[in-house]
Amino acid sequence: MAQPLNYLNESASQTAGPYVHIGLAPGAAGFDIYRTQLGEDIAGPDAPGERIRVEGVVMDGTGAPVKDVLLEVWQADAAGIYPHAEDPRVADCAPGFRGWGRVITDFDTGLWAFDTVKPGPVMGRNGQMMAPHVSFWLVARGINIGLSTRMYFEDEDNSADPVLNLVEQAPRRETLLARKVSPGLYRFDIRLQGDGETVFLDI
Amino acid sequence: MKPAEFYQRDRTSQPPALTPDYKTSVARSPRLAMLSLQGSMSEVTGPTFGHSDIDAIDNDLIRNYAKTGDPVGERIIVHGRVLDENGRGIPNTLVEIWQANAGGRYRHKKDTYLAPIDPNFGGCGRTLTDDQGYYYFRTVKPGAYPWRNWVNNWRPAHIHVSVFGTSFSQRLITQMYFEGDPLIAKCPIVATIPDPRAIDQLIAPLDLNAAIPLDCLAYKFDIILRGRRSTLFENRLEGN
Repeated sequence: MAQPLNYLNESASQTAGPYVHIGLAPGAAGFDIYRTQLGEDIAGPDAPGERIRVEGVVMDGTGAPVKDVLLEVWQADAAGIYPHAEDPRVADCAPGFRGWGRVITDFDTGLWAFDTVKPGPVMGRNGQMMAPHVSFWLVARGINIGLSTRMYFEDEDNSADPVLNLVEQAPRRETLLARKVSPGLYRFDIRLQGDGETVFLDI
Repeated sequence: MKPAEFYQRDRTSQPPALTPDYKTSVARSPRLAMLSLQGSMSEVTGPTFGHSDIDAIDNDLIRNYAKTGDPVGERIIVHGRVLDENGRGIPNTLVEIWQANAGGRYRHKKDTYLAPIDPNFGGCGRTLTDDQGYYYFRTVKPGAYPWRNWVNNWRPAHIHVSVFGTSFSQRLITQMYFEGDPLIAKCPIVATIPDPRAIDQLIAPLDLNAAIPLDCLAYKFDIILRGRRSTLFENRLEGN
């Protein structure tokens, strides 16, 4: 027997269940309890950059919308700076920019949307720039452990992005691209399973 | 500079996406392999929260929705620490919980179980860990309730727990169960976890030392988030 390593083990995930809104967005569950709901304002009123709206639907393996999904997003500001101590440029992050949002669907249609500023490119590993992107994390009834993915923009130059280029089957990279619907409006549908299954990331 | 890596998630002790005995997972589970990604700035950063985001009463579920008196049920304290896999407390991180009331009914417009809503119980709370990673809530013990899976499935009493840590790659939602509950071993959602030790880690023991005599019982629940190594520029490979 070798010596024990004595690391602790990450707690196991369990589904967020159908009533995730009670804890994370009680207004959507139908009651008012907190002074503030978190994650409703991603960019704040004063952050510079292009103001955009992103909308979409999460679909299950039968093509039906997942109406009880909760999404969280995390992104850099328009200059590519994260509001976090580990970003070396954090002191220059846009004033009032939180970078994080919590997004609830319409219970009848499954449509979700959030407003933000378009992020700038972010320095990746080994000095490789990453194209502008938003990180996504999805939880719902039937999802045992939160699913991570990224959203890129079809109207940006994504050709040298080190993460997109890691996707072995080039057509699958398309699943990570938001489509430009009109000026300032993007569409990003997520498919959990089946044709056009979104690329999910083990981060 | 390379960001310091988080230890890779141990997928052998985490539930897989497809767990057919939990039926809803069948159509909601990706079938293709995930793309494994080494951490970049986008993964090692994450949202931060402060005391201006929440109120002091938010962690007291006995009082934070009370209208005409205290909620019905067994009064309990739930307390513990948020730690990383190196055993270090994670300070100032947001912990959010939600649960059914003592009768097993959620205050949610989609919950139609016949047990009554408690007019004095909302069922959610949130708090920030202190500088040692410690947190606590006061609440009532939730009831078991039936759910549609097989015709006679019942969820063990549980509290949903959401934790952030310091990076988006540590984001975790789990459920806390109560020591001694015979429904734990019968639950298809608990059974999505393949490792029995990982299930045990979600069961909070009764903690009489933390109970308040003549007032309420206590359960202790530590939450472990992924650990992290040092940067390559520090000559220490374990922890930082």
